[in-house]
Amino acid sequence: MTEPLLEIQGIHKRFGGLHALNDVSLSIKRGEIYGLIGPNGAGKTTLFNVLTGLYQPDEGKFTFNGKDLFRQKPHVVVGSGIARTFQNIRLFANMTAKENVMVGRHVRSGAGVFGAVFRPPAAKREEAAIHARAQELLDYVGIAARHNELARNLSYGDQRRLEIARALATDPTLLALDEPAAGMNPKETDDLKKLMEKIRKDGVTILLIEHDVKLMMGLCDRIAVLDYGKKIAEGVPEVVKNDPRVIEAYLGVAPE
Amino acid sequence: MSSFDSMKQSRTGALVGFALMAVALVLLPVLFGKGLGNTWVRNLDFAMLYIMLALGLNIVVGYAGLLDLGYIAFYAVGAYLYALLNSPHLVPLLQGTGLEWILGPSIWIVIPLAALVAGSFGVMLGSPTLKLRGDYLAIVTLGFGEIIRIFMNNLNHPVNLTNGPRGITLIEPITLFGHSLGKPLHLFGLEIPPLYQYYYLFLALTMFIVFVSIRLQDSRIGRAWVAIREDEIAANAMGINTRNVKLLAFAMGASFGGVAGCLFSSLQGFISPESFGLMESIIVLSMVVLGGMGHIPGVILGAVILVFVPEALRDVINPLQNALIDRKIISGKIIDPEVVRMLMFGLALIFVMLLRPEGLWPSKRRRAELHPKTDDIARQEKDSVADAERNHD
Amino acid sequence: METFIQQIVNGLVMGSMYALIALGYTMVYGILSLINFAHGEVVMIGAMVTITCINLVSSIAPGLPGSLVFTAGLLMAIPITMVLGFSIERIAYRPLRKAPRLTPLITAIGVSITLQQVAMLIWGRSPRSFPAIFGEDAPHKLFNLDVSITNIQITIIVLAILLMAGLLIMVEKTKLGRAMRATSQNPEVAGLMGVNINTIISMTFVLGSALGAVAGALYAANYSRADAYIGFMIGLKAFTAAVLGGIGNLAGAVLGGIALGLIESVGAGYIGPLTNGFLGSHYQDIFAFAVLILVLVFRPSGLLGERVAERA
Repeated sequence: MTEPLLEIQGIHKRFGGLHALNDVSLSIKRGEIYGLIGPNGAGKTTLFNVLTGLYQPDEGKFTFNGKDLFRQKPHVVVGSGIARTFQNIRLFANMTAKENVMVGRHVRSGAGVFGAVFRPPAAKREEAAIHARAQELLDYVGIAARHNELARNLSYGDQRRLEIARALATDPTLLALDEPAAGMNPKETDDLKKLMEKIRKDGVTILLIEHDVKLMMGLCDRIAVLDYGKKIAEGVPEVVKNDPRVIEAYLGVAPE
Repeated sequence: MSSFDSMKQSRTGALVGFALMAVALVLLPVLFGKGLGNTWVRNLDFAMLYIMLALGLNIVVGYAGLLDLGYIAFYAVGAYLYALLNSPHLVPLLQGTGLEWILGPSIWIVIPLAALVAGSFGVMLGSPTLKLRGDYLAIVTLGFGEIIRIFMNNLNHPVNLTNGPRGITLIEPITLFGHSLGKPLHLFGLEIPPLYQYYYLFLALTMFIVFVSIRLQDSRIGRAWVAIREDEIAANAMGINTRNVKLLAFAMGASFGGVAGCLFSSLQGFISPESFGLMESIIVLSMVVLGGMGHIPGVILGAVILVFVPEALRDVINPLQNALIDRKIISGKIIDPEVVRMLMFGLALIFVMLLRPEGLWPSKRRRAELHPKTDDIARQEKDSVADAERNHD
Repeated sequence: METFIQQIVNGLVMGSMYALIALGYTMVYGILSLINFAHGEVVMIGAMVTITCINLVSSIAPGLPGSLVFTAGLLMAIPITMVLGFSIERIAYRPLRKAPRLTPLITAIGVSITLQQVAMLIWGRSPRSFPAIFGEDAPHKLFNLDVSITNIQITIIVLAILLMAGLLIMVEKTKLGRAMRATSQNPEVAGLMGVNINTIISMTFVLGSALGAVAGALYAANYSRADAYIGFMIGLKAFTAAVLGGIGNLAGAVLGGIALGLIESVGAGYIGPLTNGFLGSHYQDIFAFAVLILVLVFRPSGLLGERVAERA
């Protein structure tokens, strides 16, 4: 039996009176595409924020790749190999596309003030490697030609791609994508699907939130469903799709 | 940022440009001294000091986006450090303690020490403010600046460390290779007066600080600073330890201030808390804002303008007023040029922000930011700011 | 014990003035989320104009009773600061309402310096003394103890209470007050509901400036003088008071003002003995900053501010 890559148990997160996550447990296996769905306000993004260190959970267990990440700071989480994108794109709008990706390399490089100012050979090599890797990743997601464009001036679809490239620059083992297809047309969505399959083929596990159920069913190996902060179902897409609790959560009525 | 290829092509051109600029910078004090008098050589010295200060504040405000209104405190720390180590003030205090050896250190020690001590102050004052939102941070740093000034004013009791409001006098000039900058230097049959010597020393250090600024800007650290300014949450989520990187910005900015303070102290020979009030912080901020936040040439331009223009006004206003009063065109008292100077700073801050928020000589990036191409993008940005605030714990 | 009571009295007097000014900060912050850095200078202008107007009234109509002259001076100063507050908002803040957050803060600093320098051009650098219109303001003994309070100090406390009560009633009961509260909750929705946001914002500045003018006049009367520099320190302290009480919250500003006045006064009295004479009462000004920093670091929402829960 293989160790799960990511495992959370009994995660709770409360905001004042709101119990945003109620005893959520799940485990993600190495190399799969794991989907997270649920109606609006079900706690998907909250769970995302907990998994990437932006929120500190109130209780529970959180291990990743054999490492305890419970209540760790985001930069530690990223360092351990989880990278994310945001539902409402959060690029560094006034940096170029390439610079955005270069920022992603921050956590995998180490030059300090001395290295920056005096540029000893090691720092020079590191900086050259950052440049090269950034360009490579832009190419990987298919926006290499736009490397010198300010992020704010990119088209919506390219901004989404750039955010993925920036996340990949941190060399993640798990890539967490928060509604990457939101606002995309079918053609863009299809390209995105291909990109995600390529990323998975290259050995990165993917955690995905998406509203586009069709996309999720075709792409994910397993899916978990959240409703009112609780996990109500988990499994392969076909099973989840027919789970009465899931249908009730989405349609508000239990099927006959 | 230009690509490597175009940089190589323009390398010869750049070299020629640099050579011409170097010659101009070397001859500048001579031109100023002969043409405008020695006061203007002094103004040139001060322009260098303010360039260093403005570049230091530029790291904090321009790169990292942290509005520090107490920046002058670090200038004060550098100035007092130099003054205490290079004046007779501490002699009675140290007598018999076996610590007299700390007095009169070499400039090679005192300048790095000033950078280090001021940098540590930067970390010390920066760390409690890091969780605060932009405008609160401004007010708290302002408070810190004032606290440091209040201490300088009052630390003459029970142990006389700062000599209170009377300040520290008889500060020794810098000694470089056994020669005191307070004395004329004879070189190749030329006599170089102290003000000129200071200029060359300040110029060298300013060049170094410009170099450090450029190198930092184009580095992993510089990118992290800008990323934090752009979107702190996203920067954090990309693995940047925002706390440490912000503290580093405070420390670097403060260390530039400390070096400038050292030099100021030795040039003046006398310092008192009066030189380090809030107004000084605001003057340096005006330089950064007027020139163009985050853009090194712009910031240098801002500093030069705000040092020279008021001085030029001083040369014009007083004679003009006297002439007008003599001819009975106006009556009454002379307007204090200092007031006119500060009025200029105040108005500059307002109108630059209203009419040209990116400054006189902005970076391309900044211009794009403040003149969004469509409303849509502007709205998007506003949303992300709102999000950042909401999500910020 | 008597010293302690004396310090409480002094603290209440200072605190009332801080509270009046803090209301100006907190009202603007409540509606625009903007630190009106120039508010302290409006207070200073209020003080200086009052002194000038009192001198003017005394020279035109000598022999009037002090309280009447003071009221006349105030009634001339208040409209001037109202116009000033109105103009500051129109010129320096309104065009920047959609700009990045730090931009209006920088213009506010610019306005602040400009006002200070203009005051210096008009009134000069040296302090103007507050005319002795109240005759010899001999201190009263309080409760037969060795604790004294002057007529001016009593006036300060009473006037401050009246104005604060008036403002709270206005905000709670009147149509304008309701519109102000709606705007501070959600300007966009208030706008959709037919509230003219720009008018409300202007009114906020005008009201805050009027309160500031009164505070400035009282300050000048209490210290018997004022100069172009007073705005910075008093403004900063009042801002601290607003933050201490919970910025955006009117009752909080009042509470914060009084609390800060008391902390300063009592603190300055005891800092010497507490530190074995190492720090003396000239460190009084440090208290405000220390309070500001401590509050912001440990409880940024202030005493009465609501804790903003994080939301997804």
